[in-house]
Amino acid sequence: MNEISILIGGKAGFGIDKSGNIIGRLLNKLGYRVFIYRDYPSIIRGGHTFSIIRASSSRIAAHLDKVDLVIALNQETLGLHKDRLKKECFYIFDSEQVKPEAAGICGIGIPLIKYLKEENAPEIMRNSCIIGAMTKAIGLDFDVLESILKKEFHKDPELNVKVARRGFDAGKELIKMDPLSREGLPLITGNEAVALGLIKGGLDAYISYPMTPSSPILHYLAEVAKDFSLEVIHPESEISVILMSLGFSYMGKKVAVGTSGGGFCLMTEGISFSGMAELPVVIVLGQRPGPSTGLPTYSSQTELHFALHSGQGEFVRFIVAPGDAEEAYYWSAISLNMSYKYQIPAIVITDKLLGESTFNFDMNDIQDIKKEASVMWDRKSPYKRYLLNENGVSPLAFAGDKDAIVKASSYEHDEFGITTEDPKQTMLMQEKRLRKEEFLMQDLEKLSAVKVYGNNNSEIALLCWGSNKGVCIEAAQKFGLKVVQPVVINPFPVKQFQEALSGVKKLICVESNATGQLARLIREYGFNTNETILKYDGRPFSVDGLGKALEEKIK
Amino acid sequence: MNQANLATYSQSTWCPGCGNFAILNAIKGALAELHADGLATEDVVLVSGIGCHAKIVDYINVNSFYSLHGRVVPAAEGIKLANPKLKVIGFAGDGDAYGEGIEHLIFAAKRNIDITMIIHNNRVYGLTTGQYTPTSPLGFRGRSTPQGTSELPINPLEVILASGASYLARGTSHGIELLKSIFKEAILHKGFSLVDVLQVCVTYFNMYEYYDKHVYELKDHNSQDYNQALNKIREWDYNKEAAIALGVFYKTDNPTFEERFLADKPGEVADKDSIIKELLKKSV
Repeated sequence: MNEISILIGGKAGFGIDKSGNIIGRLLNKLGYRVFIYRDYPSIIRGGHTFSIIRASSSRIAAHLDKVDLVIALNQETLGLHKDRLKKECFYIFDSEQVKPEAAGICGIGIPLIKYLKEENAPEIMRNSCIIGAMTKAIGLDFDVLESILKKEFHKDPELNVKVARRGFDAGKELIKMDPLSREGLPLITGNEAVALGLIKGGLDAYISYPMTPSSPILHYLAEVAKDFSLEVIHPESEISVILMSLGFSYMGKKVAVGTSGGGFCLMTEGISFSGMAELPVVIVLGQRPGPSTGLPTYSSQTELHFALHSGQGEFVRFIVAPGDAEEAYYWSAISLNMSYKYQIPAIVITDKLLGESTFNFDMNDIQDIKKEASVMWDRKSPYKRYLLNENGVSPLAFAGDKDAIVKASSYEHDEFGITTEDPKQTMLMQEKRLRKEEFLMQDLEKLSAVKVYGNNNSEIALLCWGSNKGVCIEAAQKFGLKVVQPVVINPFPVKQFQEALSGVKKLICVESNATGQLARLIREYGFNTNETILKYDGRPFSVDGLGKALEEKIK
Repeated sequence: MNQANLATYSQSTWCPGCGNFAILNAIKGALAELHADGLATEDVVLVSGIGCHAKIVDYINVNSFYSLHGRVVPAAEGIKLANPKLKVIGFAGDGDAYGEGIEHLIFAAKRNIDITMIIHNNRVYGLTTGQYTPTSPLGFRGRSTPQGTSELPINPLEVILASGASYLARGTSHGIELLKSIFKEAILHKGFSLVDVLQVCVTYFNMYEYYDKHVYELKDHNSQDYNQALNKIREWDYNKEAAIALGVFYKTDNPTFEERFLADKPGEVADKDSIIKELLKKSV
């Protein structure tokens, strides 16, 4: 087979996530391209959690509803997911947890606890044991798994291998996966890609208050802080996060923050302050279903307009919505660059699906990231923090410079930074700040702000944004359609978007929300969608699921 | 710009007789004396919130960050952590520091981060024209509480002492010399310092006479002793009739947040790209 989907499920706390990663790495090692979708409740122990590991000979960034193999660490997993199986009985189960009558007489039952006891291994190693059985089931040699286990487990690697061997020996082959003669690619989550992209963009400090689905960025950056000489801080609230970041920004440090909708709500006053005081900062906004607390560990695309309109007053902001790991890396770096070049807030919109799914990452697919230097004070005339000039970007100096006095302010201010309520001064300053957008727009013309995939001659195109990129490309392929994905959301790349739509007679907008937020946005620029396919149950589109919905729309 | 008296061209918009003038003059005096002692004025950053107090940053020709209401502390912390060499002095009103932003104050004290907070505590909202604040006495009749408040004030010094501050003092706007010497000491103190200034609002809560009658300067007080500090802080609870102590309540030497947090931070990393490549290689 040149493609496989494996579902592993159990209770939260069983180690499903780690197991999913090991299976992904195993298939990656064989040269397959891998995507892992994680589904888990907002619970630490108990509750059903599962991962779908999909591997294919071509690049993928979405899952399928149908799977080739189910690995069930408890009864519930079989009950919930047996219907996904393409072939009956293609499941492996813990024969001590799942009653045979419930499982039927087919499938591969492994007495995990019995083996663990015999090997004197802790219960968590059920995972390694059943992955051993899976390795046999998909027709692989044990030594591939052995090398992965040794790499993944720093504690007791030998015991994990031993336990896995027991599972392997007790299993039987159901499917034959042949190794592909090529190297695997790095496997990282979208959140890790954002973190690395920020570092690439020159990050000095990352400040964040934990909130799903963005906390893994905080964890990852805290872990690598020393390697990159970063300051990673977790303060008392999101309000503190954004204000602290503006303190860093005032000192010329490249700073980013990360949160989800609820935390973003608390940050909005600070974002507006960033716009007024021209203090650059990047905000990573990881969407999840709302309103309010909503479904904390699930995914949605409901904050496009919130990001666009967050904060009081009118100011320029840069907003991007990357669709996979490479885009997350690239556009996080670009966001930091643009934010500092134009002294504006930038927002990177992600979601649970992008942030917490695992993707292959190919550095060769990433375009050059030009380092943008901030405009510095020429030291000739007395320093004015808000000097009025042609492009609205005033040169920078920082506190500690003995020749400059640097005054930043949330009030309307004069060039020196002192409060003013003068009507003429107010207009000049407002125009100065807004003027930056025109120049930012010119920079964006040089970047691929709108992506086009699939059949360029098709008169039907799917319109998507963010994490729906992967699923749309694949579903469109099946029907020979075109896909249009604006990555830059603001300033909206009207020209590139228009070009992308050339020849399109029917535009079908695919979004993970209930109201069609991108469809609404493009209407502002005079573009219309003919159809919408909306999903708002917190679960991502699957390739087969979207395919079915498309059939209806294009017949 | 007049570096000699640190004034700017900004016209003062405080009411005649406002207690803020005393704070302005005391801080200017303190900065000038610190400058004479070798503190580079360019290494000072003033941060303010929103309210009458906050205009102070417009009136002093020194680096400044005019922040949001309630958000002086986190901005000051960010500036300090971005460049620990700086002396960061935050000004906030009582509504600003003890109301909207009190969590930041508690956490900054808990961290013992080396910044100084000067609270213009006039116990009334001035700029929004006379409402009660967290330190207004019980029964205070303001525009939002015309029948008088139904809640007791907090004792901010007690809260901040309990939170871990390493320097706590109180002054009034009717005693510039004391204020100046406290400001200087607080700025030089290593760790989180807070000065509660009983500042008088002549328009909405004129307490000049009351304070003059009740204040006294701390003598024979061991500011190193936590319990003595706590007792002195509790002597007046911002509500009842009692003697009001001025001076330094508490002063201790504890490790600061930045000492610990930045202890083993490496210098500039030259080749980040190759470290990124290494990390990616590990994830194959």
